[in-house]
Amino acid sequence: MIKIPLHLYESICAHGEETYNEECCGAIFGYNKDYGKDIKEIMKFKNEKDGNRQNRYLISPSEYLSAEKAAKEKNMELIGFYHSHPDHPAVPSKFDTDHAFPWFLYLIVSVGKGKAGDFRGWVLEEDRERFNEEIIETIVLTENEKINY
Amino acid sequence: MDVKILIPTPLRQYTEKNDSVTSSGNTVREVLQSLTSKYSQLQKHLFNERGELRSYVNIYVNDEDIRYIGNTDTQLKENDVLSIVPSIAGGNYTADVLEDIKLSNEEILRYSRHLLMPEVGMEGQKKLKAARVLMIGAGGLGSPLGMYLGAAGVGTLGIVDFDVVDETNLHRQLLHSTNDIGRSKLESAKDTIKLINPNVDVVTFETRLTAENALDILKDFDVIADGTDNFPTRYLVNDACVLLGKPNVYGSIFRFEGQVTVFDAKNGPCYRCLYPSPPPPGLVPSCAEGGVLGVLPGIIGSLQALETIKLIIDQGDLLLGRLILFDALKFKFRELKLRKNPSCPICGESPEIHQLIDYEQFCGITSDDEQGPYQDQITVDELNKKLQDNEDIFLLDVREPHEYEISNLGGYLIPLNDLPNRLNELDSAHEIVVHCKIGSRSAKAVQFLKKAGFKKVKNLAGGINAWAGRIDKSMPRY
Repeated sequence: MIKIPLHLYESICAHGEETYNEECCGAIFGYNKDYGKDIKEIMKFKNEKDGNRQNRYLISPSEYLSAEKAAKEKNMELIGFYHSHPDHPAVPSKFDTDHAFPWFLYLIVSVGKGKAGDFRGWVLEEDRERFNEEIIETIVLTENEKINY
Repeated sequence: MDVKILIPTPLRQYTEKNDSVTSSGNTVREVLQSLTSKYSQLQKHLFNERGELRSYVNIYVNDEDIRYIGNTDTQLKENDVLSIVPSIAGGNYTADVLEDIKLSNEEILRYSRHLLMPEVGMEGQKKLKAARVLMIGAGGLGSPLGMYLGAAGVGTLGIVDFDVVDETNLHRQLLHSTNDIGRSKLESAKDTIKLINPNVDVVTFETRLTAENALDILKDFDVIADGTDNFPTRYLVNDACVLLGKPNVYGSIFRFEGQVTVFDAKNGPCYRCLYPSPPPPGLVPSCAEGGVLGVLPGIIGSLQALETIKLIIDQGDLLLGRLILFDALKFKFRELKLRKNPSCPICGESPEIHQLIDYEQFCGITSDDEQGPYQDQITVDELNKKLQDNEDIFLLDVREPHEYEISNLGGYLIPLNDLPNRLNELDSAHEIVVHCKIGSRSAKAVQFLKKAGFKKVKNLAGGINAWAGRIDKSMPRY
């Protein structure tokens, strides 16, 4: 199971709508818990893919390293990445599967005609054959909790 | 020599949760080998089946990407730090397909005028190359469809037809030329399309489309372009498309008029929403009976090709839920709104049709319908003998006056539609032989006359065309 505060869920949706009809992408920080992953923060990235950004995203090695570094500073773990699928379902493609790492959470938001819709979480199976879907629970925080979150 | 390796978060589960491990070797390859022999599960995430480093796994020596300094052969020094850095990438399905599609320089030049338009561009052209379109029929509508779709670079073009090229096809079916008379339409169509664009894979199905084979043939295609000339096949194509969830780019022609639309039951109406039931057999004459202006299928088939291409490249507004009626004589295009029928028997809210049915029966066509019952027929040879024996035969011609001008047997002319009002001109005591062009209108006339009390009346099987083919070869067929 994945727990995500509503305001982060909303920022990922907004990021996808902002970059529509190109894919957005970013990193996800938090903790690994017994039940799954507890999302605490996100970091927006620029889609570094040359061309074809409607169908592809790329986070460069240097950005990846900055995410690892940020996680260390925050005393959190880098638990995965999110990206959007403009006008396509929030389901991993073959390319997603081929390019994914196990353990990481891949959040995908479908953005149909500029409006964010389906929001789903996926983790690659150990044998790299397929993604398994994770249940997502959104948590509503008070303004005060958000500050301390 | 021992080297420190930094492990990225997702791979730490394989290194006993360590974010860095020490491994030995003189080159990057040796160090990675000793790493994966110690932590064997890392192998499949770092290397592909051929043992090459996966494209999205980057290895850095200190702060240098090994791709720029000698790849896995890069020599290592004391105190070097090796980092495994994933580049995170992904994307959606469309790109999956397009990723594997490449255009050669020849293709880029050929499609240059497409590539120049942002609405098509490389992506659209690759979509065309990846596309699989099935044409039902290689006739009047199939000609511009096949030629334009082939020229546009549709990768796979399927064609279903079972006919051979006939002289009467040539004034409109530009896929075929004079040299092709007598050849299979599929062969001739394939040759023409290949001549226009050898890159197209033309897949031929030499068969009549039936309820038995339709789903099997249609299932491998993305878009179906219907260029059929008869109602049973039209309903069959529609139902198969609805059942398989495929778009059906529809066109039909008659004399000076044509219709075009795109049916896609997932996103709009289907053919049955527009025409829930077929017209009574014979009400709408085929091209062979009613004729058609040669250029008309050229216009309608081109519009079908246009909509097929827009559908593939996902651009513009499709003729979805919009029926275009073209009247060439008046030169008027009219647009009608089509709505999905909630009680449509196949795509409505509670459909009754879940599989293909008997379409001949659905359209009221029985096997002896064409020429009437066998006992009511007379062959051209039998008629010829009777005439030579000077038997008293009253020959009734039920064609139109302008057909009579093409050729005639000297029969008494009453066009089929006038027959009910002109019965008084006939004598039921006479032995009457009725004929038309090929025998189907005259079969209806015989049926009508029998009901009206005429007993000695027969239909000339095959009509005047059969006469011209067997008895009087100097006579033109049409």
